[in-house]
Amino acid sequence: MGSPSIAADRARPPRRARQFIQRLRHGDELAHLITLLAAASIIVITLMLVYQLYINSQLPRHKFGLAFFLGRVWDPVGEDFGALPFIYGTVVSSALALLIAVPLGVGAAIFLSELAPLRISNALTFVIELLAAVPSVIYGLLGIFVLVPVLRKVVMPFLKGTLGFLPLFKGPIYGVSMLAGGVVLAIMIVPFIISVSREVLLAVPVEQREAALGLGATKWESTWQVVVPYARVGIMASIFLALARALGETMAVTMVIGNDPKINASLFAPGYSIAAVIANEFTEATGDMYLQALIELGLVLFLLTILINGLARLVIVATAQRGATAP
Amino acid sequence: MKLKTSITSTVLCTILIALGVCALVESPSAAPAPDSLLLNAAGATFPYPIYSKWFTDYNKLHPELQINYQSIGSGGGIRQLQAGTVDFGASDKPLDDKQIGDFKFKVLHFPTVLGAVLPTYNVQGVTQEINFTGETLVNIFLGKITKWNDPALAAINKGVSLPDQDIVVVHRSDGSGTSFVWTDYLSKVSDEWKTKVGASTSVNWPVGLGGKGNEGVSGLVKQTPGAIGYVELIYAIQNQLPYGRVKNQAGAFIKADLASVTAAAASSAKTMPDDFRISITNPPGKTAYPICSYTYLLIPAQIQDGTKKQAIKDFLKWMLTTGQNDAEGLSYAKLPKEVVSRELKAISQIN
Repeated sequence: MGSPSIAADRARPPRRARQFIQRLRHGDELAHLITLLAAASIIVITLMLVYQLYINSQLPRHKFGLAFFLGRVWDPVGEDFGALPFIYGTVVSSALALLIAVPLGVGAAIFLSELAPLRISNALTFVIELLAAVPSVIYGLLGIFVLVPVLRKVVMPFLKGTLGFLPLFKGPIYGVSMLAGGVVLAIMIVPFIISVSREVLLAVPVEQREAALGLGATKWESTWQVVVPYARVGIMASIFLALARALGETMAVTMVIGNDPKINASLFAPGYSIAAVIANEFTEATGDMYLQALIELGLVLFLLTILINGLARLVIVATAQRGATAP
Repeated sequence: MKLKTSITSTVLCTILIALGVCALVESPSAAPAPDSLLLNAAGATFPYPIYSKWFTDYNKLHPELQINYQSIGSGGGIRQLQAGTVDFGASDKPLDDKQIGDFKFKVLHFPTVLGAVLPTYNVQGVTQEINFTGETLVNIFLGKITKWNDPALAAINKGVSLPDQDIVVVHRSDGSGTSFVWTDYLSKVSDEWKTKVGASTSVNWPVGLGGKGNEGVSGLVKQTPGAIGYVELIYAIQNQLPYGRVKNQAGAFIKADLASVTAAAASSAKTMPDDFRISITNPPGKTAYPICSYTYLLIPAQIQDGTKKQAIKDFLKWMLTTGQNDAEGLSYAKLPKEVVSRELKAISQIN
């Protein structure tokens, strides 16, 4: 301590160390480290998740192989497990949700960003972001006590009366159904689409609008033909974020979808989703095969999400290119 | 070059930090104070209200003993007991032979209280109690009886004007002891049910809608015209749901209540094996309600820690004597006397 040689060393550290300290002082190295750590942790968590799902689903993977994806029976007593009804339920309920939520969400976002006065827009956006924070069990309860009775008494008889010739709207009306699942999901994901799309639309440079208006476009023409195409990729991203939420949603779906693992063309029939069956049956799954089959369903949901996200990327890339080459 | 070194250094740091986190996780959690004793238990949700009362009351009598019960479901309780992460487990369904084989140590079953499962329904214009037989319930849940005015139902409900209404079957969507008791009964009265569907906490239901929990089933039944579902007695009593009578083996239509459930247990007490693993659905007694079951504590037969062993034995003794008086206040049926005296003897098997 305090010997002259050490003091001298401290006064003149080697060049590399000095550079390092300097960079540290500027914060670059530190920021680099911290952000890299954050990014690495996501990858580590994802890999660990997949690994755990994979090794903990050995029994059914060996027993059923690829037939697990195509099996239509889910029989915990006979230990015969197939994922198809759940895959079908997950995909159909999410697709239905998008079908309803996309026009609603994008329409609302256009109104909020382009047409509404900023003060109203900000106030409404605040309310919409509150909606995104409501726990899903609340949506489920609203689904059971408000939405399902309305669907059963008003909407479904109407659809059956007018479009009943379609297989989509045939069969007995129970209320709880694939349709109810899709509608509840739509209500849950609309806030995501609105709030992200609005931000994206607001970020479109004002020059774009001015140029369109300068060329003689009406306000709506400028919005629909210039602003919305410009923000297309961002709007797509908001939709895929919403889709991811819909695919994994558990509580609200299980409360209204009817929980019956059968594939039925009618939207009035009950269905079942992957996330819902895992949540429902996991706690009481006693046998190893049964428990692991549920874990394999988790793996299937993961694969499904990757697949759909991959498709989403493709769509984004395709539209972005088209946007770039468009006249 | 510079970039490379910085990446190496960051990767090294990442690994070091990850190791640090691992070390933290693996360090043992804080032990309870030396003069107090903490027992961990996990399992069935159905008896949770009474277990919670028992553990709290017992803690008031013996402040040094604290029992922490997580009601995570029977399946979870069995797995945690297997893994040795809890001191004892709880299950609505006795372990079957295969499950016992999976355990590395011997497990004793101690019945604590009884529950019953009953049919609840929503039939237009019917205010009287509807009678069911085992056979009609099986056929309704198999989807063979589809109308409320089916001749099979009309024959056992003379004087009740059953409407020409479609039956909507509602079952539990979550795995549960309630479903086990219900399907166990249906399996006992029908070979067709036994081979086609079977008995378990979750089964491959031939027809019907699934509701999550007792509240999910009763909510669907209340809302859906023509619905029939099944719920626990305690839930039906607390929520004043309408429910039907079920014909027992002796031929009488019995409405489930605490007395008829205890009667069911008493009537099958003679045939109860020494390890208490018994299904008491469809019992022989004249006043017995046919769809009921014990719920169990699962206790390891060998407990190394002497103080823990004594504490568990003392608690079991208290639960079987004083504790039983709390049961009916919480709408659980208490154990019949014969079973209590046999269980008191069985406590000595813990060593």
